[in-house]
Amino acid sequence: MKPAAFDYYKPETLAEALSLLDEFGYDAKILAGGQSLIPMMNMRLARPPVLIDINGVPGMTGIEVGDSEIVIGGLTRHYMVEHSAEIERSCPMLAEGIKLIGHSQIRSRGTIGGSIVHADPTAELPVMLTALGGKVTVVSSGEERELTPEELFLTYMTTTIEPNEIVKSVHFPVIAERTGHAIEEFTLRSGDFAIIIAAASVTLDEEGLIESAALCIGGVDGVPVKLDEVTDELIGQAPSEELFAESCEPIVDMVEPEKDIHASVEYRKDLCVALSRRVLKKAADEAKLA
Amino acid sequence: MSIGASLKRLEDYNLVTGRGQYVGDLQFPDQCEAVIIRSPHAHAIIRSIDVEEARGLDGVLLILTASDLPDDLRPIPMRLSPDPILEKALQYPLAKGRVRYVGDPVAVIVAKNRYVAEDAADFIHIEYEVLPPVTDAVQSLEPDAPILHPDAGTNEMYLIHGRKGDAAERLKTCEHVLEEELYVQRHSGIPMETRGLLALCDEDERLTVYGAAKVVHFNHQLMARLLNKNIDEIRLIETDCGGGFGPRGEFYPEDYLIPFAAMRLKRPVRWIEDRLEHFKATNHSREQKHRVTVGFDGDGRIYALRDEIFFDQGGYIRTHGTTVPSLTQAMFPGPYDFSDIEIVTHLVLTNKTPVGTYRGPGRFEGTFVRERVIDMVAAHLKLDPTIVRERNYIRPEQMPYSNGLSALGQVIEYDSGDYAETLDRARKFMGWEEFAGKQLRAREEGRFIGLGFASFVEKSGFGPWEFAEVEMLPDGRVICKTGLTEVGQGITTTLAQICSDQLGIPYDNVSVVHGDTALVEKGNGSFATRGAVVGGSAAWHAAGLLKEKLLKAAAGQLEVPVDMLALKDGGVVYAEAGQTAMTLKELLPVCSDLGISLCEKYTFHIEHMTYPYGCHAAEVELDPDTGALQILNYYIAYDLGKAINPMLVEGQLIGGMAQGLGGAIYENLKYDEIGQLVSGSFMDYLIPTSMEVPEVTTEILENYPSPLNPLGVKGAGEGGTVAVAPAIANAIVNALQEYAIPFTSLPLRPERIREALKRMKPER
Repeated sequence: MKPAAFDYYKPETLAEALSLLDEFGYDAKILAGGQSLIPMMNMRLARPPVLIDINGVPGMTGIEVGDSEIVIGGLTRHYMVEHSAEIERSCPMLAEGIKLIGHSQIRSRGTIGGSIVHADPTAELPVMLTALGGKVTVVSSGEERELTPEELFLTYMTTTIEPNEIVKSVHFPVIAERTGHAIEEFTLRSGDFAIIIAAASVTLDEEGLIESAALCIGGVDGVPVKLDEVTDELIGQAPSEELFAESCEPIVDMVEPEKDIHASVEYRKDLCVALSRRVLKKAADEAKLA
Repeated sequence: MSIGASLKRLEDYNLVTGRGQYVGDLQFPDQCEAVIIRSPHAHAIIRSIDVEEARGLDGVLLILTASDLPDDLRPIPMRLSPDPILEKALQYPLAKGRVRYVGDPVAVIVAKNRYVAEDAADFIHIEYEVLPPVTDAVQSLEPDAPILHPDAGTNEMYLIHGRKGDAAERLKTCEHVLEEELYVQRHSGIPMETRGLLALCDEDERLTVYGAAKVVHFNHQLMARLLNKNIDEIRLIETDCGGGFGPRGEFYPEDYLIPFAAMRLKRPVRWIEDRLEHFKATNHSREQKHRVTVGFDGDGRIYALRDEIFFDQGGYIRTHGTTVPSLTQAMFPGPYDFSDIEIVTHLVLTNKTPVGTYRGPGRFEGTFVRERVIDMVAAHLKLDPTIVRERNYIRPEQMPYSNGLSALGQVIEYDSGDYAETLDRARKFMGWEEFAGKQLRAREEGRFIGLGFASFVEKSGFGPWEFAEVEMLPDGRVICKTGLTEVGQGITTTLAQICSDQLGIPYDNVSVVHGDTALVEKGNGSFATRGAVVGGSAAWHAAGLLKEKLLKAAAGQLEVPVDMLALKDGGVVYAEAGQTAMTLKELLPVCSDLGISLCEKYTFHIEHMTYPYGCHAAEVELDPDTGALQILNYYIAYDLGKAINPMLVEGQLIGGMAQGLGGAIYENLKYDEIGQLVSGSFMDYLIPTSMEVPEVTTEILENYPSPLNPLGVKGAGEGGTVAVAPAIANAIVNALQEYAIPFTSLPLRPERIREALKRMKPER
């Protein structure tokens, strides 16, 4: 388990990193936290000829919470989000969901941008980004552009980011008034990749009826799946256990997960229903308290 | 007295301060690194191997294939339970013409470092003709199944037939008969440290090999035999060992290949197994299918037991011979007195990694099957399963008790014990009497809780002998040499306590030396929970002889009868009053002057094993939405006669439970239909972490000391592991009792619990 030979570059500025990307294109891989890339290289499942280590690039780390938006630098480590009091206040889902990523050793190295570009559809960050309708800013030497999750995630481990681009920052909305968040995943062991993950946001109106809601599931397709058909039905209704149970039942027919050695198709579907119901209920409960 | 005290482990200081010396920590000048090229196919003929391109790469020092090994090289023989019938399926260090599992070694590359060696692997061109594989033991017996070893002519390498009375006849007269099929999945011990070896060969052909574990002296002899060298030309040295558990330390193909490569290169050659390799190369274990029939009366008294076992051996016979299947069947009746027994075990080859022992070999499997069956009998009769157990236990007054079966060359004869007592303690601790009410109230809140029990008998103290040499140095420190090895179980502390007890000195004044063939003259090693019983007794006797010598010298000097004196607190005391007669500081020069050698050797022989026993109990809660299982409470009662260090025993039970939990719920070496291992990394092979292992309450009992050794001890190594799966399975079934779901196979994954909850309609 030793990687194949590669050339290693450690740029000191973003501009330098981008010009290296221009030079090497598809031959280069960005090394950020390395939590997925390095094991793949050690197993020789990935053999990038060039590795561009951006850990020395300044200005890509940090969390800024504005009135309506949270901007997280692409190189920000998971643990920084995990331990941010501002994130806890401004985006409970993110605060909760970040803790579900791997183990503390992984969160101390892994980066927000790295998780996003790795685009594992059962990973927490892509699911939360989709659930909350966040955005990703990518840069290349020539330009900077913003992508919605729908524009970004193509399929398993694949995004629309070009080989000359780097994730500069990831943006999440600040939680609105009378809104609750919830996220839950099913794993066989604590810290494993989720078999199914569900995240929900519920906003109530002043009478306590559901004003808007979002539900996103990971583990059923090549990208996180947003179930607007389910949440649209909830609008204007009073949140209750029965309502969520009833509205989540049809999810069985809405998702088409694949089986693997850990879970069958049917079991995954069951988990989607159960977790959706739970996160919607919990998010609504949180919204009542908000 | 230090026997019986929970003293701190002498091993730990070095290990926790980073001073451990594992084989991967060793560095010698000119050291180079080996990589093994393994078969990617489960079953194939090797048409050709072209190594020329790889050989030409910069930094590649040596490439070996089967044709580079001596023509007269023999395959790796069996260490335990050998049988000539099995010899046709033994494994050669490198595959000769045919590969039989994914991971079968085909070539060795030695290069200046591991990077180069792995690069070179891409340039070795092997042409395989893929053959149809067989991946299931039952299918392997079908007439059209591909034969793995054409010389053997069959995949059924061995048939073990054990009987007592006439089970078939008895079944005819039983009021009730139950027939069930149960399955235990393939899994194995996964040490934190993978295997590794470092071999050095000097110009005069003397070999030094680091990285041995478990059975150093046996492997020493075997290495000499296979390498065709004199035994005194090889020194085998045990390094710190990051976990044994059965698989680690056996003689594997690499134990030949790495020393052989060092002899060829005359350079230090190191090989460290990587984790992906480990999953394919190191012994698997446990996979068995049982077809059980039991006959019983309306009170749950079981009279007849018949079992047909299909034992999945993998592609070759390895060092354990028939150990695991014979132990499975001989220990299968457990703590129960069945009058008629018939067990047939088919030892069957498949195109999967070969198997060997893993902590509780045969007992983990048998205990799961038996203890599930006991609960099924109870369910069938609508009786309390603990009452059914009580009605069938062997009673203390029946001891010594033989179940009429044999394994490891001896008839099973339980030496002492009261099996009902440990169950009763478990029942009281877990609140069994009140549990039905508690369960009902929980159910009213929509919660599913259940409580399950599993009794077991363990074996320990496998002979035939173990060696100890105890020497007191002029400064009063003691060296205890042992033929045992340290695989993390704490044998260093244990033997130090035993010597300390005999010699009246602090236990940390005893240095235990083990695992170096140049320092310890002989030994059988650490396996089968034999250390404390056999090696401990040897140390007890050797230290006892030394004590006699010291007391005799002191008596001569003090001019008093020997029996007035004792050793205590670092000196000689008057036994009755306890006041010091002479310090060791005073006595040792006297011994030296008189020319008394203060070194004693003892070889302790033992013919019969000794049998500890106990009971596990688990309380679980099931999540009806997901099937997730939570262990609310876990308890183990274990009677081992005498605990030399109760803290170590508790550690053994808890660590053992964690591994048993892995086998019960998480771990699964799963193959697909073409014989690829699909759970061959820690992504997919799930071992329980600290987050999954619950608090375990242990109760260590010393009510029935073994009559077979001077310490009265029975072993502690495996009792924590063997009964976890049935305790949890019985608890799950208890939680879902009105659904009558059998839960007859492992692992007990949440999906199956959820499926059961969803699909099954209440019986009534």
